[in-house]
Amino acid sequence: MSVTGADDDGPLYVSSKKVYPQKVTGPFRRMKWMILIAALGVYYLLPFLRWNRGPNLPDQAVLADLPNRRFYFFFIELWPQEVYYFTGLLVIAALALFLMNSIAGRIWCGYLCPQTVWTDLFLAVERFFEGDRRERIKRDEAPLNADTIRRKVAKHAVWLLIAWWTGGAWVLYFADAPTLVRDLATFKAPAAAYLWIAILTFTTYTLAGIMREQVCIYMCPWPRIQAALTDDDALNVTYRYDRGEPRMSVKEAARAKAVSQSAGDCVDCHQCVAVCPTGIDIRDGAQLSCIQCSLCIDACDNVMTKIGRPKGLIAYDTDGNVKRRIAGEAPVYRPIRARTLIYAAIISIVGGAMLYQLATRSTAAISVLHERNPLFVRLTDGSVRNAYTIRISNKRPENRPFAITVQGVPGAVLTVPEAAPTADYRAVVTIPPDTTREVRAFVTVPKDVPLQKSQDILITASDLFAGEVVNARDHFMGP
Amino acid sequence: MSHDTAHGNHELVAEKVDAPTGQTIRSHEWDGITELNTPLPRWWINILYATILWSIGYWVVYPSWPLVSDYARGVVGYSSREEVAADLDAIKAFRAKQASGLEKASLEDIAKTPDLRRVALAAGRAAFGDNCAPCHGAGGAGAPGYPNLNDDDWLWGGTLDAIHQTLTNGVRVAGNDKTRIGLMSAFGRDGVLKTDEVRAVANHVRTLANLDAEKNYDQAKGSKVFADNCASCHGPQGKGSIEFGAPNLTDGIWLYGSNLADIIETVTNGRQGVMPAWGGRLDPVTIKALSVYVQSLGGGK
Repeated sequence: MSVTGADDDGPLYVSSKKVYPQKVTGPFRRMKWMILIAALGVYYLLPFLRWNRGPNLPDQAVLADLPNRRFYFFFIELWPQEVYYFTGLLVIAALALFLMNSIAGRIWCGYLCPQTVWTDLFLAVERFFEGDRRERIKRDEAPLNADTIRRKVAKHAVWLLIAWWTGGAWVLYFADAPTLVRDLATFKAPAAAYLWIAILTFTTYTLAGIMREQVCIYMCPWPRIQAALTDDDALNVTYRYDRGEPRMSVKEAARAKAVSQSAGDCVDCHQCVAVCPTGIDIRDGAQLSCIQCSLCIDACDNVMTKIGRPKGLIAYDTDGNVKRRIAGEAPVYRPIRARTLIYAAIISIVGGAMLYQLATRSTAAISVLHERNPLFVRLTDGSVRNAYTIRISNKRPENRPFAITVQGVPGAVLTVPEAAPTADYRAVVTIPPDTTREVRAFVTVPKDVPLQKSQDILITASDLFAGEVVNARDHFMGP
Repeated sequence: MSHDTAHGNHELVAEKVDAPTGQTIRSHEWDGITELNTPLPRWWINILYATILWSIGYWVVYPSWPLVSDYARGVVGYSSREEVAADLDAIKAFRAKQASGLEKASLEDIAKTPDLRRVALAAGRAAFGDNCAPCHGAGGAGAPGYPNLNDDDWLWGGTLDAIHQTLTNGVRVAGNDKTRIGLMSAFGRDGVLKTDEVRAVANHVRTLANLDAEKNYDQAKGSKVFADNCASCHGPQGKGSIEFGAPNLTDGIWLYGSNLADIIETVTNGRQGVMPAWGGRLDPVTIKALSVYVQSLGGGK
């Protein structure tokens, strides 16, 4: 199969055109800088935040302790079996994406996505070393000289440094951060740490430095999904062609108006195109390549202010409103509608359920496994006994004694051979801090109690200190 | 890249353009259905080429091509089998370290110390599955002739030491002078008891366990035969004796069945169940672990 296409009409592959985004100032740019500083600040510094959990437990606020299978997030400690909290978070994240999208388009892409945030940072570095758009274009067109090489080398070096630090911060979430930093500096850290730093250095450098808008246009699935989720009322960064067309210069517009011809506000200065990080023309309408970063709004507003025309030729609006204005109707804004309400409602339901679950979750757990071979035994005195494997988890950082009892069959007694009986309880098992233990337990029912083939029982473990009680349902098997 | 020159001849052909998208339309057509040409970025296909190059690197570095009697081993000499072997060695070393704790400790200490006990139970469970399960069942439920290890009835004693002794020397192992020996003779076959005496004593044994006997059996003959022949091992009340491995006949647990026919069969032909001596077959640590595990099944005695 030929790469050029079997029937020879045009290439199947084209080289991407390099985009040279121009510097821009304005409220949206300011907001994006603030989000960038906040997001990267959290990402780079969070591992160093301490959180006292008492002795025996790590004091890092956010830590994924893979070897010990624990996840710590401030006051929350999750065990692997509680991974459904992450499922809940993912559900909320997806719905939040839908909600943002139905209110104001690709807010995620334009402001919050790591690809956007890091690309913004890398672009700032590029601008610092190689100058703004025109200078960069000139440099790339001119033959290489020592100055250009020096500047490019410096740029790539800083990029690599940022990328390396990005990978470095990543691994700090998986081990005690200050210790790991010291180990990394003295080359004593585990090989996996260096490997992951290398991987993330590579991906950050490549994606944010080299690939940039190509990631959004060709690699990311979200633009495709987003197009299916949008509707007529979702705000998008929109060129108001009702006001902008026909495009002409200020002088031409003055001439046209003098002879009562229509003249649009767009002066065709191409500033919206020059600042665009994906290199598109917003005036072509909504398109997949637009990440809706709003920088063209800032650029256009600056021009409009300079030539004394109202701002907002490019603004968050809907195509429907543009059409309404053309028809002489008032624009309609409906941020509160069935779609947004439903998304918000599902987010609150899932979030509420997770909060409730988190607030009421127990710090102990019990699971019971009935012995199947044999299902029951008859003892010498004629009583019937079933064996169970009971696993008790203690999620608190101290020793906890659990009394294990059984209910459901008259006369049934639960014993644990390895646990010494106390004055009040037949079976008390002490579980060490932050640990889970398995014990073999026997439930014995005296000879004269009538038994079915199977009867429901409830096995209970009660914390003798804190009073916490956990239950598990199982069966008692008879002859 | 220079696709303009590579495909310069196309530019003479008038390209049809799709008005809404501004993209060119490819020349092929099926019943009026045409296709837009949306070229992928060049780097996309370059990644494919890069992966092909990468795979060649793989062939060189890692084992790849099968040969007639061997395979291309790759320059780093990686072998997943060696990796497994290394992992196995590591786990064996780890187990040996844990087992050294069992080696020094007494059986009682192992049972009482939670850390040692956990190791012993895990090792014992594995060894039980490998060696004991064929007769006693995976969970030690037993079968006719093979004792259930989950109950509280221990033919040869249910203390840790007794279980350890039974495991090490077996039951009725020829040539082992420490083996468990008990003789349940073939009273009928050897002519010690006549058929009617066998039937009478079998009925008598059933009454010991509060089971129904035949209405018209000879009670006097039954109890006399029992006293003369059985009581020496099973005791006058039939309570059994661990010393001879003689089962308690008054409880509800029957190794060979409690039907009259089963008991007649037992008295007529005798019972000589055997268990191999595991000392010498299994290492001492494994036997210790097994002792603790087997006792944990029924809770011991």
